[in-house]
Amino acid sequence: MANPLPQPVERENYLNKEYGVWSWLLTTDHKRIALLYLLSITFFFFIGGFFALLIRLELLTPAGDLVQADTYNKLFTMHGMVMVFFFLIPSIPAVLGNFLVPLMVGAKDLAFPRINLLSWYLYIIGGVMMLHCMLTGGVDTGWTFYAPFSTAFTNTKIVEAGLAIFVAGFSSILTGLNFVVTIHRMRAPGMTWSRLPLFIWAHYATSIIQLLGTPVIAITIVLVAAERTLHLGIFDPKLGGDPLLFQHLFWFYSHPAVYIMILPAMGVVTEIIACFSRKRIFGYHFVALSSIAIAVFGFLVWAHHMFVAGISIYAALVFSFLSYAVAVPSAIKVFNWTATLYKGSIHYDAPMLYAFGFLGLFTIGGLTGLFLAALGIDVHVTDTYFVVAHFHYIMVGGAVMGYLGGMHFWWPKISGRLYPEGWARLAALIVFIGFNLTFFPQFILGYMGMPRRYYDYSHMPEFQVLNVLSTAGATVLGVGYLLPMIYFLWSMRYGKPAPDNPWNAAGLEWKTTSPPPTFNFEEEPVVTWEAYNYDELDAPHPQEVPVAR
Amino acid sequence: MSAPSKSSPLKMYFSIWVALLVGTYVTYRVASIDLQPFNAAIALTIATIKATLVALFFMHVKGASEKLTKLVVIAALFFLALLLGLTMSDYATRLWS
Repeated sequence: MANPLPQPVERENYLNKEYGVWSWLLTTDHKRIALLYLLSITFFFFIGGFFALLIRLELLTPAGDLVQADTYNKLFTMHGMVMVFFFLIPSIPAVLGNFLVPLMVGAKDLAFPRINLLSWYLYIIGGVMMLHCMLTGGVDTGWTFYAPFSTAFTNTKIVEAGLAIFVAGFSSILTGLNFVVTIHRMRAPGMTWSRLPLFIWAHYATSIIQLLGTPVIAITIVLVAAERTLHLGIFDPKLGGDPLLFQHLFWFYSHPAVYIMILPAMGVVTEIIACFSRKRIFGYHFVALSSIAIAVFGFLVWAHHMFVAGISIYAALVFSFLSYAVAVPSAIKVFNWTATLYKGSIHYDAPMLYAFGFLGLFTIGGLTGLFLAALGIDVHVTDTYFVVAHFHYIMVGGAVMGYLGGMHFWWPKISGRLYPEGWARLAALIVFIGFNLTFFPQFILGYMGMPRRYYDYSHMPEFQVLNVLSTAGATVLGVGYLLPMIYFLWSMRYGKPAPDNPWNAAGLEWKTTSPPPTFNFEEEPVVTWEAYNYDELDAPHPQEVPVAR
Repeated sequence: MSAPSKSSPLKMYFSIWVALLVGTYVTYRVASIDLQPFNAAIALTIATIKATLVALFFMHVKGASEKLTKLVVIAALFFLALLLGLTMSDYATRLWS
């Protein structure tokens, strides 16, 4: 599908307009801020990955022999905190969203460019606090901070880690605010709501969650700190508090937070599937509104994390039912993507391989979520590796596959260079195989009863085979993640210059140069076509149409 | 975005600020009186009035012509109602024995 005719002379673009550290650190260009985020989240991804590596190495043998119990508790806690708050939540919105939202709606920048830069600085301040916390002892509560353990018992750095997440949370709120205002107010002439790319609809839904959910986790963390330092009775029953109140408040944000990770990935996958099937997306309005439905329904299901914690059985029934309901809009998306593929002219380029991976892995992750929404099964598998496998299928199999697919799809636009396609396909395959080898055994382990967060399973040595498989898979997955980083960096220097539209894709971002100029478009675009007009793009040129005689 | 300086005299900001301080002082004084079940109710009522003042005047919700502003306010209140309502669905029906 690659289009020939690369540009012989490099035009002025957002990358070469200015040089020097300050031109980056003081930039208000959404594209440069996206790259700042890219560097920062990649750094935290490898820190979180390092913790995962140590966890998997410890579980290679049944005995607790590599690290102490306390260290292990800190490893899985810091892995979760870093990956959730410093990689997954900012991953697609702050990198691809930041880069693409203005381009896709035909705007010069986001609505509030300086607030956008402020959001990156808040992220960095939160990140530095988290690094300091890790280097000076870390936290051992699990990423969930459950009270009263976090408020009354543990002696680790709860307040510092909480404040780091508090600050990083504001970065997330500001990104969401910027997207909502930009999508409402800065669309190009002719870019109506029903012509918006579904990537934009997905980011709009994500922004709603970021704006409405994040303040709740922020205040919950403040309450934990208040109880811990001032002994105010909020969550600790000894002080007159209620520990389940913490779980209600925590999951009110942290369950929708999963949708902050997965909705943007769904947006990415929608763009990729339409492009590499050369078809209009099937059921555009259903896919668009299902994003909003997921954002709203996602707020109604949180207590399925608390079925065995002692909530009322009536509330549990209601939350179980609502958790089933949220599967409906997710299923609408999966069925619509599949219907888009039907009779499409499918191309197996690297982004599409990631999209296929997403489709299968997200479906497995989503369906096993329904197991957990069922009250009876949930009792059996709560706090086992089944839960660990389930949410990794969503967060890694779903969100990270979407992120990598998106990085490959838009890399020519971001960097102005082409990456080696063969290596990219190989990496996609390695990631898919490595992922399944890591996490599928964990479903079986969990069903057999292996609890999560245990560093020693020497009383159940029969779990070892599956744990060895999982650790082997994690190694393969690690290679799969390193490869794209290597060839993306390589391509920035040695890659062929990318044409403006290497995939012959629809969408305004492909109508500007690669890389785009600082203000995105030479002239303000006017949109006169529907979204995903692949039938028009692929229609033979008028001169090529044979004339009937 | 829409004429922020239309009606924002300093005097109004200061009177709201004073009202917030009075609210804080009243909360503090009332907290030292034991009103049994009304302790929380009164504190929360004063807090709600203060939050409303902040939203209406400091955050310019009053007099905002933007539909987007209204949408944000309604959405925020709706999700607050979800948080409180669904949490209460647990507390109100829990077997406390």
